[in-house]
Amino acid sequence: MNRAPLIFLGAFLVLAFSWAGLVLTNQVGYGSLAPHFDDTENKAYPAQMAGPAAQGAAVYQDLGCAYCHTQQVRGGAQGADLTRLPKWGERDSYARDYLRDTRVQLGDLRVGPDLRNVGARDTDSTALYLHLYDPAHANPAWTMPSYNFLFEQRPITGEPSPLALKVPVAAGFEVLPTPRAVALVAYLLSLKDTYDYPDESQMNTPPAPPKTAAPAKGGPPVGATSVKSPASAATDAAKPAAAKP
Amino acid sequence: MSDAHSQTSPGEAGPIHTSLKVPLLVLLAFALLHLLAASALGLIAAIQLHTPGFFAGCEYVTFGRVYPAAINELAYGWGVNAGLAVALWLTARLARGTVPQGGLLVVAIVFWNLGVKLGVLGILAGDSTTFAWLEMPRYVGPFLLIAYTLIAAWVVAVQCRGVARWLYASQWYVLASLFWFPWLWSAAQLMLVFAPVRGTVQAVVAAWFAHNFLSLWFASLGLALVYYFLPKVLGRPIRGYYLSSMAFWLFAIFTTWAGAARLAGAPVPAWTQTAGRAANFMLLVPLAIFAVNFFGTLRAGGLRALRHSIVLRFMAVAAVVFTLWMLRGVVGALPGLTELTGLTWFNTAGDYAVVYGMFSMAAFGAVYYLAPRLLRRAWPSAILIKAHFWFATTGLVLGVVALSCGGIFVQGIGLANAKVPMAEINTGMVFWLHLATFAGILLTLGHLAFFVNFFKLVLCPRHRSAAAAAPVPAVLLRPSPELQAPAR
Repeated sequence: MNRAPLIFLGAFLVLAFSWAGLVLTNQVGYGSLAPHFDDTENKAYPAQMAGPAAQGAAVYQDLGCAYCHTQQVRGGAQGADLTRLPKWGERDSYARDYLRDTRVQLGDLRVGPDLRNVGARDTDSTALYLHLYDPAHANPAWTMPSYNFLFEQRPITGEPSPLALKVPVAAGFEVLPTPRAVALVAYLLSLKDTYDYPDESQMNTPPAPPKTAAPAKGGPPVGATSVKSPASAATDAAKPAAAKP
Repeated sequence: MSDAHSQTSPGEAGPIHTSLKVPLLVLLAFALLHLLAASALGLIAAIQLHTPGFFAGCEYVTFGRVYPAAINELAYGWGVNAGLAVALWLTARLARGTVPQGGLLVVAIVFWNLGVKLGVLGILAGDSTTFAWLEMPRYVGPFLLIAYTLIAAWVVAVQCRGVARWLYASQWYVLASLFWFPWLWSAAQLMLVFAPVRGTVQAVVAAWFAHNFLSLWFASLGLALVYYFLPKVLGRPIRGYYLSSMAFWLFAIFTTWAGAARLAGAPVPAWTQTAGRAANFMLLVPLAIFAVNFFGTLRAGGLRALRHSIVLRFMAVAAVVFTLWMLRGVVGALPGLTELTGLTWFNTAGDYAVVYGMFSMAAFGAVYYLAPRLLRRAWPSAILIKAHFWFATTGLVLGVVALSCGGIFVQGIGLANAKVPMAEINTGMVFWLHLATFAGILLTLGHLAFFVNFFKLVLCPRHRSAAAAAPVPAVLLRPSPELQAPAR
């Protein structure tokens, strides 16, 4: 251990080894995973994000929502996400679910609920606007801060806007979401992984009867290598899109 | 014996210290200013976690921005500046080389700090990349890399100019860290920001970067400091030193894989998660060697030395926290416990532990040792040094324990039980988050004490006259020929 070049070379090789082993192998393994085309529905899943939702993803990123909210559903042995009420998802998250996300924000801390399927829950834009404007509105226990800077207070001119929030406001004024709030809510409502991919669902144990716990699984499936497996064609027709809650 | 510069004859260290003085003080001054900024931002974020109304409605300090801003101030502002400072010091002292062209080095340092400041302001303005420990906006990435490379190249130049050809353990870690950081940074920036990979491969790259940044920069430089200061202060060689090169390579090989354990339960291949868990277990082997090296030396040196030397106390805390951090990695990787600790504050607390408890504590101790030697005058206040140590240690323990306990007993157990509503977990966490805020206040007070003492030392010339006679308060040292012995 007396030569600086030896240290440099060793340091390079050690890190290169882990980069090749962890990063490169995964990139080769499933970095080019393709969306699944469902012949019966004539649609590809995951579906492309619509324009406003894509803008909303940028707002989600810019406000750092991912520091408190994860976007990864864990059921079975990994967590209780599938059994809590309201459910955080119908199934575990798969790697394929994230193909449409330009920036994958899995998150690593759950201060608030998981949002991967917030669009599939019993919610709508009005409720989400209200929640962003005043999170304590529905439940004072929430420690989420107010995002009232995504809204503006304007004097009512003519008819009140249909988008106006039902919150206390000075007479003659209304509270309206700014374009950023509209985009963010469009993004949140677009978050729903309700389609179950035939390849991945095969890797899970058979779905449990409705009353028991969620289907368990051995490990998070990836299905990278099985994208073009003959089994996938066979199961395509048999597997309808999962029902929404 | 207790004199500020009893260690070295002016003839040997004189030119080295003279050439080190300006660049090192500039690095440390920037590091301290960033540390204060990180404390302020971190306190705001900590308060917001239990009192969401705090600064609510102000977009620039909303939690999702102020929290990554605080983390990046801490990591790149304090961590990298202080890390480069100690790397420069250790290299110059151990290789016995002088710093060439210090003025140019200062320019590079200023550029690095401009980049960090711009990056943090960018995060507050909403340009964060949202990848943990890599939030610096896209536009500062290459800028930071260039500035860093310049500074690191200077340290390597000092090594090359040195007359001592033997490499001591501290130098392995310093040289490797200097090289690992730009490697990690450019790979992660390229694969996540400039030519992003698709899908959850991004999460793999992000976890690989985050863990390696913590272990190959922070922990590694902390190890370099502990290896240097234990024998220096105790005046005896490292126990089982012959094992330390094995520990170095085993640590490097396994910790670079251990980051995959951060992905436990995430939608990435199961083998990746298993590899991460296995690597965490394998880290027990180098950990055993570190334990022999550090605690064996401390025990042989007599624990009473801890009462006399504040530098040793900082190093001992760093060694203990490092050990616990490595053990935490093993515990967190145990099947069954991962489900309880995943996505909770327990994991976040571990990250703080290594950055603050391991690296920063060791760096504080190092600054207490090197600043008086550079300036040839004593620290203005011994009380402030002691205050810093106790505030930092108490705040560290309280913060990490509060977040870990809350993370497991409230958040982890709550999330694992479908019947516990999220709002109840929130309510349960409020107590622990209050404790964490209190810990943050203690840490901030410690930083203020350090800041005042440091700038008084640098800027107040009235201490200069008393320099030769005045003992360095609380920094009592014995001469340590043992450390230098292998160099011959």
